[in-house]
Amino acid sequence: MKDEKTLLEEFQSKIDKGIKIEPKDWMPEKYRKQLIRMMSQHAHSEIVGMLPEGNWITRAPSLRRKAILLAKVQDEAGHGMYLYSATETLGIDRSELLEQLHTGKAKYSSIFNYPTLTWADIGAIGWLVDGAAIMNQTALAKGSYGPYSRAMVRICKEESFHNRQGYEIMCSLAFGSEEQKQMAQDALNRWWWPAIMMLGPSDDSSPNSDELMRWKVKMESNDAIRERFIDRTVPQADYIGLTIPDPDLMFNKETGHYKHGPINWEEFFNVIKGNGPCNKIRLKARVDADRNGRWVREATEAYAAKKRIVNS
Amino acid sequence: MDKQKALFQYCLRLADSSLIMGQRLSEWCGHGPVLEEDIALTNIALDLVGQATAILNYAGKVEGKGHTEDDLAFLRPEREFRNVLLAEQPNGDYAFTIARQFLFDVYQYYYYQSLQKSKDETLSALSEKSLKEVTYHLRHTSQWMLRLGDGTPESHERVQRAINELWMFTGDLFDMDEVDALLLKEGVSIDLKEVKGKWENHVAELLEKATLQLPVQTFMQAGSRAGKHTEHLGFLLAEMQYLQRTYPDVKW
Repeated sequence: MKDEKTLLEEFQSKIDKGIKIEPKDWMPEKYRKQLIRMMSQHAHSEIVGMLPEGNWITRAPSLRRKAILLAKVQDEAGHGMYLYSATETLGIDRSELLEQLHTGKAKYSSIFNYPTLTWADIGAIGWLVDGAAIMNQTALAKGSYGPYSRAMVRICKEESFHNRQGYEIMCSLAFGSEEQKQMAQDALNRWWWPAIMMLGPSDDSSPNSDELMRWKVKMESNDAIRERFIDRTVPQADYIGLTIPDPDLMFNKETGHYKHGPINWEEFFNVIKGNGPCNKIRLKARVDADRNGRWVREATEAYAAKKRIVNS
Repeated sequence: MDKQKALFQYCLRLADSSLIMGQRLSEWCGHGPVLEEDIALTNIALDLVGQATAILNYAGKVEGKGHTEDDLAFLRPEREFRNVLLAEQPNGDYAFTIARQFLFDVYQYYYYQSLQKSKDETLSALSEKSLKEVTYHLRHTSQWMLRLGDGTPESHERVQRAINELWMFTGDLFDMDEVDALLLKEGVSIDLKEVKGKWENHVAELLEKATLQLPVQTFMQAGSRAGKHTEHLGFLLAEMQYLQRTYPDVKW
């Protein structure tokens, strides 16, 4: 039997060569734990993320928008299912992960604790929130854990579709009536900073562990991803005549990047801690769905058990 | 009533039933008993909204007043909606939603099967396409009826209660009036008496398999053909139509 040191060297050498780590391969316990944490957080974000957008399915302003939004929220449920399955390959099951969500032990993206107040918020979420998520996820698609990186490739394809539909909603509003334009600007004002923050604390307060980078669990620093997101999004806002709500935002000709103003990290950490405007109702919705669904799941099991007896 | 007016009414009946049912199902999104059902119910909702969109588009052309499918969905008041009463009943618990959907799926299944033979090419083509979707819906809800009916005592009781409560709205599914009479003569519409026979057999058979009781004949509610609805529809429309009504004449 190989000792831990040799196993670790072999593990690292695979990663360095770009060979994916697969469920049955040896992996350090810390690697497994970190991945379970990241992947389940991601899965929870998908299903909690269904709620703010799901709000607007019944109020969508046209049949086409209704169908698109239904399909989009359905995609998110699919991502959640896919990610829970990928997490299960690390030796934990979905019910345990859900339990962690319902008891508040596990986190989900801070962004979904903000309310969707107008129809334009559905555009803003697709454009900004999915846009920011894609930046993060395209990096994660190059990560070392096979099931997660493959999930990311697939999810990114659908997310870029979501991103475009969100921007398309923003375009319709921004080029629409005066009231629609105001609605779009208001949504941008409210979603910009939360979207900037959802990419995580800045690098000086969240030093990336060298180990996680070396293991290709984390691929890029939060600030680098944030910069890429801002660089991509500012011209899109310009094009539709909306103003980014950051008076300090400046284009730096030397670096070729935008530099943003100060971020309200106090708000971010408060939302993470459970003090955001919607933390309680989001969690309650998930807990209620679980509780109200218990008798349904019990019925399914009882029925399956009866069929097994009949068939055996 | 001339044929064109009758055909317009007939299209509204078909489209509105799908639309209102789709709207009800989409209320579940994010709140289903398991993630798989969130996906399944939104899928069915999507199909139904798609059916409604296609038929309303056709209805607008038949009517000839330049109304789009969105005008017809978002700008008609309660009394002009022609969906069956069953479709607008609130979701209730999961058993209630499944029972409502099952009764509706069996109806749509035989309805479209028959309407495929319509002399109206558009209705015939739409029926053919929709029947494929409905076949899946029916398979899904039939399986749930069996699981819930023959699952635990609690699920059995819940789904039995749902069937009992919904039963009085099932007569309305098959009511025929002068619209049906006129279009039936033209070979455009179908004989709902025939659909009723098939529906009754199918429902009775499945309920028995699911260890559920067929409700005793009760007094049936009626009225959807003339736009007389239950109180629930107004609230549903208020929610569905509010953006279009608050900001008229803009593009979304």
